[in-house]
Amino acid sequence: MTGTALPALELDSVTAGYQRRAPVLRDVSLTVAAGESVGLLGPSGCGKSTLAKVAALLHRPYAGTVRLGGEPAGGWRHRAPRAQRTAVGVVFQQPRLAADPRLTLAALIAEPLRATGRGAQATERVAQLAQAVGLGDDLLARRPHEVSDGQLQRACVARALALRPRVLVCDEMTAMLDASTTAALVAVVEDYRQRSGAALLAVGHDRALLERWCDRTVALGAVAGPRDGTELRSVPRAPADRSAG
Amino acid sequence: MSRKSDTVRPLLRVRELSVRFGMRGGRDIAAVSDVSFDLAAGECLALVGESGCGKSVLVSALLGLLPANARTSGSALLHRPTHDGGPGPAGQDEPLDLLAADEATLARTVRGRRVGLVPQSPAAHLTPVRTVRSQLAETVRELKGLRGKELAEATRAAAGRAAFPADHLDRYPHQLSGGLAQRAATALALVGDAPLLLADEPTTGLDRDLVERTVDELRAHTGEARGLLLITHDLAAAERIADRVAVMYAGRVVEVAAAGDFFGGPGPRHPYARGLLAALPERDFTPIPGMPPELGRLPDGCAFASRCTRASAACARLPAPDGGVACHHPVTTGRPACRHREGSTV
Ligand code: SF4
Repeated sequence: MTGTALPALELDSVTAGYQRRAPVLRDVSLTVAAGESVGLLGPSGCGKSTLAKVAALLHRPYAGTVRLGGEPAGGWRHRAPRAQRTAVGVVFQQPRLAADPRLTLAALIAEPLRATGRGAQATERVAQLAQAVGLGDDLLARRPHEVSDGQLQRACVARALALRPRVLVCDEMTAMLDASTTAALVAVVEDYRQRSGAALLAVGHDRALLERWCDRTVALGAVAGPRDGTELRSVPRAPADRSAG
Repeated sequence: MSRKSDTVRPLLRVRELSVRFGMRGGRDIAAVSDVSFDLAAGECLALVGESGCGKSVLVSALLGLLPANARTSGSALLHRPTHDGGPGPAGQDEPLDLLAADEATLARTVRGRRVGLVPQSPAAHLTPVRTVRSQLAETVRELKGLRGKELAEATRAAAGRAAFPADHLDRYPHQLSGGLAQRAATALALVGDAPLLLADEPTTGLDRDLVERTVDELRAHTGEARGLLLITHDLAAAERIADRVAVMYAGRVVEVAAAGDFFGGPGPRHPYARGLLAALPERDFTPIPGMPPELGRLPDGCAFASRCTRASAACARLPAPDGGVACHHPVTTGRPACRHREGSTV
């Protein structure tokens, strides 16, 4: 069996949360193929952010298995094996909570490269990434408090792509952003996905956005609901888009 | 749903409002430039634009909450609503210039009483170590001067007005869902019966159905006697409840339009407003290329020129507002020959 035939990301009967007796996710399964984009929809409190963290190997589930390219996850957070940790890129909703305020945007984007001993490539790679997300030299030299939310989120997207991940997890990536910056960042992610064949899991509550963005969307219902143990419902992308403007 | 005619005295009349921040090194940040608009009682005006366009600074200016290094010019006249403008104490009808008023006046008679603020992140706005009941009661006591049993009753009524459930009054902010925290903050903003409501990004981070419920509730509170200024980057929220839309770009209002025209067939006339709307996932989902200019380094001419497909040599001059739009080459397709039918001001 070759690696490419296996799904890039697999969550198999995952139960997770913050209190073992009352998990927010119960027995949830989800598969994302290489090159596929899946939108995970759900209301707040349904556990979708927890699922994003589990998929990104940042939160250890109580039960179930996460596989990357067929390999079961070997650990969580800093205990995840480096090869797995670097295979997943993550972007969160609030760039200010996800960015070290002391770093310039250039250093922020280079962080994963430095942390994995690839500092030598940093200058070149940062230049490439900055161009892709539309950040000029002037902005790259600034620190988070000197730029807007939208500009900082551009840097966070660049950082997530720095190590060329095979799986990208975007948790409410654009919830704080205006329509144009949203469309711009989705375009950056989609361009990367199409060129690299990476898998995308986009988590959010905006149905119009995720249905337009992703190949298919799945809905995560309220935790207490009857869907325990069932496969998530999957809806393919609507064939036609309403155009205007 | 009919809009107020021009003969109705506005609640708020903003003229040529500008805010400059003096920075170290003598450079000025032009956060807000020459903003003019009216807001009538019973009306909802949505001020839309991306983060950093100056809309939050504008709110701070209207509330007298700008930092010390800010300089303002222009005026923001707050009138009494017409219904209590009858025979009253002399001077009752005199509007108050929010930009010129001193801090004591603003604190004593304006904030909470004549202008209610529905804040951006209710969780941060509520005091974390006190229950909703205690915070609401304090505000009721302060603004209504009630005590004892009357205070307890008025507190419950205040919660009820914002549909905050009475059985959650003894909870602390962190025990509330995002929607209930927003209702608690709205309840606080409504206590003083302020005729002008300012809602500063009230739906950030909320799910779509909560966004809809929150703005619907704000709209319902607007009623006949109140005006609502909704500051948002969420165009869907604006479309849902606004009578008129004002679009801000790089510190200036570049278009004011009736919401029906703006979101409907005719569409926006300013190229930036058109691009913003077209970027929606329900529409073209195409971003406007580039990013807005730095507010400390604005060009002399139109600030959108470097991103605008309609730009010409004329755009090196600052476009003056004309009939609701500030652009040398506004879009005219898809609209009737007479485009100056709105009495709106930019
Ligand atoms: S004034 Fe010129 S550059 Fe500015 S928006 Fe209009 S056409 Fe574009």
